[in-house]
Amino acid sequence: MIEQHIAAYREEAGELLAELETSLLDLEETPDDKDLIARVFRAMHTIKGSGAMFGFDDIAAFTHEVETVFDMVRNGKMVVTKELLDLTLKSRDHISALLDASAGCGEADKEQGDAIIAGLQQLVPKAQTAKSPPETPAPPVAKAEPAETEQKTWRIRFQPNRELMLCGSNPIGLINELRGLGTCLVTAHFDQVPPLDTLVSEHCYLYWDIILTTSRGEEAIKDVFIFVEDDCRITIELIDDRKESEGESDYKKLGEILIERGDVSSDDLQTVLQQQKPLGELLVEKGVITQEKVQSALAEQQHVKQVRQERAAPESAASIRVPAERLDQLVNLVGEMVTVQARLTQVSNSRLDPIFISIAEEVERLTNELRDTALNIRMLPIGSAFSKFKRLVRDLSQELGKEIEMVTFGEDTEIDKTVIEKLNDPLVHIIRNSIDHGIEKPEKRLTAGKPRAGTIRLGAEHAGDSVLITIWDDGAGINRDTIRNKAIELNMISASADLTDQEIYSYIFAPGFSLAATITSVSGRGVGMDVVKRGIEGLRGTIVVESELGTGTTITLKIPLTLAIIESLLVKIGPSHFVLPLAAVEECVELSRADIQEAHGRNMAKVRGHLTPYICLRDQFAITGERPEIEQIVIVSVGGTRMGFVVDFVVGEHQTVIKPLGVLYQDVKGISGATILGDGSVALILSPGDLTKMAEKAELEQLGQREG
Amino acid sequence: MSVAGITETVQYLTFKLADEIFAFDVAKVREILELTSITKVPQTPEFMRGVINLRGSVVPVIDLRLNFGMQCTEKTVNTCIIVVEVSMDGEVIVLGVLADSVQEVVEMEPNNIEPPPQLGTKLNTKFIKGMGKIENDFVMILDIDKVFSTDELAELQGSAVQ
Repeated sequence: MIEQHIAAYREEAGELLAELETSLLDLEETPDDKDLIARVFRAMHTIKGSGAMFGFDDIAAFTHEVETVFDMVRNGKMVVTKELLDLTLKSRDHISALLDASAGCGEADKEQGDAIIAGLQQLVPKAQTAKSPPETPAPPVAKAEPAETEQKTWRIRFQPNRELMLCGSNPIGLINELRGLGTCLVTAHFDQVPPLDTLVSEHCYLYWDIILTTSRGEEAIKDVFIFVEDDCRITIELIDDRKESEGESDYKKLGEILIERGDVSSDDLQTVLQQQKPLGELLVEKGVITQEKVQSALAEQQHVKQVRQERAAPESAASIRVPAERLDQLVNLVGEMVTVQARLTQVSNSRLDPIFISIAEEVERLTNELRDTALNIRMLPIGSAFSKFKRLVRDLSQELGKEIEMVTFGEDTEIDKTVIEKLNDPLVHIIRNSIDHGIEKPEKRLTAGKPRAGTIRLGAEHAGDSVLITIWDDGAGINRDTIRNKAIELNMISASADLTDQEIYSYIFAPGFSLAATITSVSGRGVGMDVVKRGIEGLRGTIVVESELGTGTTITLKIPLTLAIIESLLVKIGPSHFVLPLAAVEECVELSRADIQEAHGRNMAKVRGHLTPYICLRDQFAITGERPEIEQIVIVSVGGTRMGFVVDFVVGEHQTVIKPLGVLYQDVKGISGATILGDGSVALILSPGDLTKMAEKAELEQLGQREG
Repeated sequence: MSVAGITETVQYLTFKLADEIFAFDVAKVREILELTSITKVPQTPEFMRGVINLRGSVVPVIDLRLNFGMQCTEKTVNTCIIVVEVSMDGEVIVLGVLADSVQEVVEMEPNNIEPPPQLGTKLNTKFIKGMGKIENDFVMILDIDKVFSTDELAELQGSAVQ
């Protein structure tokens, strides 16, 4: 049991540390934001508190020291400085290291911790002496406020004097003001209203019972009535607060409320209670009180009950923590369900039994909903990944002596959990590259007529079934000619090759390709961008680079929303089935024997006047057997160009549950996974990008042999 | 005399490849399937016969006969797929192994198992844990983990591609 709590603490502490980091970085931009300081303090306080509770004594002790310093910041005894933030960020890393060390991975450097604490303590006296003594005792208002955040319910009886309106006060205005404080329930009492002939129209005969639930204190309520205090009778009573109501959502009985209010005496109540009728009705009948008084009391009862229920509800329904593997298991099961459903549909269609077909259709609808829901559960906002990069930009720009501002947008874009994890490395490399090669030093920027500080914009947005992640910088841009020359130098392209910008840019992702003259700690080994490319291709995503020399670079990553299930096109070659990701498929055209003859053995097809290169998958995969008279070309867009894949027969659309091929087949090129078809057999998922590259490579080799 | 590493009486599953009898430690065997349709993965060596659907998981199937220099396994009534668990670089993976026929589960005492001879088996002795004796027959006990260690597979893949 305790282990479970410890695991929960680790997870929670991890989240708190992430929040701490974000808050600290935000605090750097707005150093006097009281809310942010409070948030930093709260995060540290929780880490410390729960740490001590679960036996993480070193974490608790260390965090305590940092917290002490931040307490002074919170109380206005210290100002937020860059040194303080640097040290606090380091402490955050240290806490994280301590946390890892307690889990048995890695070791925390105790000396480093001591150094951080010593550094922090050095800051304290300096900050204290810097401030003039009379200012030091900060008003305790800020501290008192968080204590009032609890919701309390008050009963207010507002009984104005008859002449109230003659003094220019409007009771409605006051009640509306009360409404502004929180949830408010108002009941008016009419029993003082005289018969029409004696009524003075300027007089106020009404009085009100108000039940107010607010997080503000009694003072706030009294303030509302401050100008009419002398002209009316006001009673304010606390009837419900959190402590009292712990564990119960019921409220007092009607009779109790009425007695408490003094509207009915307990003796009267007892006599009436002898008779078995609804209490309110009885009281009215007996003439003890009026209908309105009962109504008002009932309203109070209702209101407080509701408030207590609402308070109980979010606690139980907010969110639950589920281990990731259980979610993965759920998605796997749904995957199997989709497979079985495909089979059911296939069988039902062959039986021609309307009842059977309608059942199969119902199952199909449910399965699709179940699939979407299951996949949705794994969706997380991408913001959690973004906040890490703020830190990266801050640290790296300092190291390189550059001034960089990081702007993010679309943090709440949701994307599959596994995708977010796998996006981390590629993004780190892209951003490092932007900082190192993109953004220039401040002096250089000023001479180029740009603002001193560079900007990196990192954003995410949905586009169909994909997410677009954009990394934009206003740096130096990419020099096409330099890349071209380097590629020629490295024998990657021939000197005469006529390449589009996009093709030239693609060489920055080639392994071992680096434009940096010297290898720095940040970049230059020609590894980073290769990691990016592999990472994104592993996610079945694409990369587009746009750049203008001198003004900046934009890298756009297009990532599919999920990795588990895709829409695909099922095709057949000989006896084998294959699937192609439908998102990339543009069209299917026929290829007859005559067409092949016309092309003189070249793998080119004329599609509406344009020549489209194609790969014959039957040859590529060495599948034996007779080629059919008329084959099909599935035209797929690969990195912006159209590429055809020749198959025997296009079967149709297919819901593909992606299954990994396992370690044995991890090096197989051109195939990204497998899926199970309706009849239980296995079909392989083709990767058009890889296949195109393989074909290109093979052709280059052939040409090379011929030339040689 | 017994073989180092085999100290307990263990049950073995025996099966035939061509005319020879081989054995796996029963603890490594998960189940035995009838031969189903195997999907060949293109551009892979021939001994990797392809993948099958094992209740929703994609499981690779391997033809040990090709590993041992015999002819490719032909489909007969008795042909089976033995599903085994192999530890590979510290990870447990599930693999199917084609067998011409599955024989029986036998118990063998350590002193009935001899170390593999250095010569004469026509097989790579690295794969063989020991030679068990059942009545008058010798059974080659295979070390599954070694058969499917990444090095061996890489070697085989390399030779098959050439």
